[in-house]
Amino acid sequence: MSENQFFVDSDRLGETALAKKHRLENDPSSRTDHMKYMPGMEQISSDIRDKVLREMDSYEYGQYTEADVKRALAHETCSVEDFKALLSPAAAPYLEEMAARAKLETSRHFGNTVYLFTPLYIANYCENYCVYCGFNCYNDIKRKKLNMQEIEKEMKVIADSGIEEILMLTGESRSKSDVRYIGEACRLAARYFRNVGLEIYPVNSDEYRYLHMCGADYVTVFQETYDSDKYETLHLLGHKRIYPYRFDAQERAILGGMRGVGFSALLGLADFRKDALASALHVYYLQRKYPHAEYSLSCPRLRPIINNDKINPQDVHEKELCQVLCAYRIFLPYVGITVSSREQKHFRDGIVKIAATKISAGVSTGIGDHESKYEGKEDADAGDEQFEISDGRSFDEMYRDMSEEGLQPVLNDYVYV
Amino acid sequence: MVRINGEEKKVQGMKLTEYLEAEGYRQETIAIECNEEILSKSEYDKKILQDGDVLEIVNFVGGGR
Amino acid sequence: MTKDTFMLGGREFSSRFILGSGKYSLELIRAAVENAGAQIITLAVRRTNTRKNENILDYIPENVTLLPNTSGARDAKEAVRIARMARELGCGNFVKVEIMKDSKYLLPDNAETVKATEQLAKEGFVVLPYMYPDLYTGRDLMNAGAAAVMPLAAPIGSNKGLATREFIQILIDEIDLPVIVDAGIGRPSQACEAMEMGAAAIMANTAIATAGDVPAMAGAFKNAIEAGRAAYLAGLGRVLERGASASDPLTGFLRD
Repeated sequence: MSENQFFVDSDRLGETALAKKHRLENDPSSRTDHMKYMPGMEQISSDIRDKVLREMDSYEYGQYTEADVKRALAHETCSVEDFKALLSPAAAPYLEEMAARAKLETSRHFGNTVYLFTPLYIANYCENYCVYCGFNCYNDIKRKKLNMQEIEKEMKVIADSGIEEILMLTGESRSKSDVRYIGEACRLAARYFRNVGLEIYPVNSDEYRYLHMCGADYVTVFQETYDSDKYETLHLLGHKRIYPYRFDAQERAILGGMRGVGFSALLGLADFRKDALASALHVYYLQRKYPHAEYSLSCPRLRPIINNDKINPQDVHEKELCQVLCAYRIFLPYVGITVSSREQKHFRDGIVKIAATKISAGVSTGIGDHESKYEGKEDADAGDEQFEISDGRSFDEMYRDMSEEGLQPVLNDYVYV
Repeated sequence: MVRINGEEKKVQGMKLTEYLEAEGYRQETIAIECNEEILSKSEYDKKILQDGDVLEIVNFVGGGR
Repeated sequence: MTKDTFMLGGREFSSRFILGSGKYSLELIRAAVENAGAQIITLAVRRTNTRKNENILDYIPENVTLLPNTSGARDAKEAVRIARMARELGCGNFVKVEIMKDSKYLLPDNAETVKATEQLAKEGFVVLPYMYPDLYTGRDLMNAGAAAVMPLAAPIGSNKGLATREFIQILIDEIDLPVIVDAGIGRPSQACEAMEMGAAAIMANTAIATAGDVPAMAGAFKNAIEAGRAAYLAGLGRVLERGASASDPLTGFLRD
């Protein structure tokens, strides 16, 4: 299998821009130190990163045997060592047993329910050059930022479909989509939805506090890969380049008063077993430090983007993804697990019966096109999409399908405080 | 009166060391609290018992569960 | 194999049996400590009885760490006073905080225990609090600076074994401190089970003090604790099949 070729040039880039892009791609010395905080970035004192990276660096998954896997499955409580065994290649023949155990844990903690939500992209401007992402600043796509009227229009369409939980997303541009803009969008969202989540660029704890005050309650930040060296080669420009600032985002969100935080690695970027280990341990150690907060994990795989349809998740096939999700569930039985619309219908229908607890419906990763997608009205003005989705089911279809699978769809289960 | 281990004693004006010797305490095995403050061993020789002082003189005994 | 030890207050211990010294005669202490292989022994602090001029320290072998308890304390303030007196007795800065307001059941008062732990840790004590096994209290004690937590297995002296098993397991899983199971352990088999669960050590007194042959029972506990520890380290194997296997495979939907 050949590695992903991420670099794509656009005819519309000027000569200087193109030269800078090529320099960033080809000359590591032209890139900034990705471990050094930029001005204005809050530094909290935390030992979580050291703990996670120590475990990840020393994880040699080739050393685990089938006996380790069997023993892990027999334990009532899954230890870190057990989890490492379950993530290892030695566990592959035990996928069905892992699924049975995962199903047991899921039903013990979540019963028969599955939560439905919709993501809403409100802007796709981005200052980062993340080579695998459709929103990256060098990718030639149609950019758009919704104004408050447009956001409200989208929210009405989504709320009318019956959805009660929304996840608002932006590209990562502090200048185009500043904290105040996002805060205003949160205030609007709080009027239409019972639960407002954010997936935006990482901010400081006082800014998280402000956004919480505006009505947001849940913050998701994807680390993409926990492998710092690999991270450096994928995030070539912008504040996202700063690995430690991104790593500590969830902790800052908790300090800012958010009720819950979400985590993920984007599988296919680096060694997926190590990234899966680090993602789960990131949750594990933070939960021990902040036991009052809620935690959730996602498990996206790389997808094709506009102008690069070759991007693929490498060695993370559905079986491996299923193994990771089952291992997550067994190790962290209390954690919410979201399965992205990057996955196909058959996978999502299967995995919600085993390990996942949350699933998106009525998804568009474009900007301002819910009306066209929901009601068939064309909008030539919509902004382009972040990645290609694989499961385009509407909220109604998803609700019906989940019910037919014998699950109980839940739209909301809490009150903002 | 001086209250020592719960008993009222008419020993005010006496030096603490003199009292301990008279009562047969082994100084190396005891600790003394006077008016809820620990007295270090070096203070025993200087301490004059005052009217109203409350002393606890303790040692280790078997204990556990 | 590397040496299996645990740390308390910067000191390393290889024995995981903490022996109580109450309720039996001083003459038996040396034999009990030796048969138990104990490196830590608990003591109480009491008003000195000048008529009986015996000193328990004369009966305890050297190199054994003394762990005075605060028995008799009914609140945090009394516990702190007793701890200070114990330290003044000149045998180190370890203290086992035990605070009981209820003389019938002798259950520890967790709230006062947290307060005393915080104060004593600030004063430089190595604090081992006796507690009712409660997760929140465990976390509070950890944040207060405790060196370990000592949850009770069953009411004191009841010899009922691991009545609080599920809750002790939660502490073992969640608290980043040694969990020393204390009180209620009546038989070596129960001590063994607690060690299998992942306890760092066992504290026992009554079960040994009331045995027909005190030193022999101390030895029996030693063996049981070592066996339980070895089993924990070995990694318990498959005990029971969990969950019935589904007739339809759960993972049949996977494609690539």
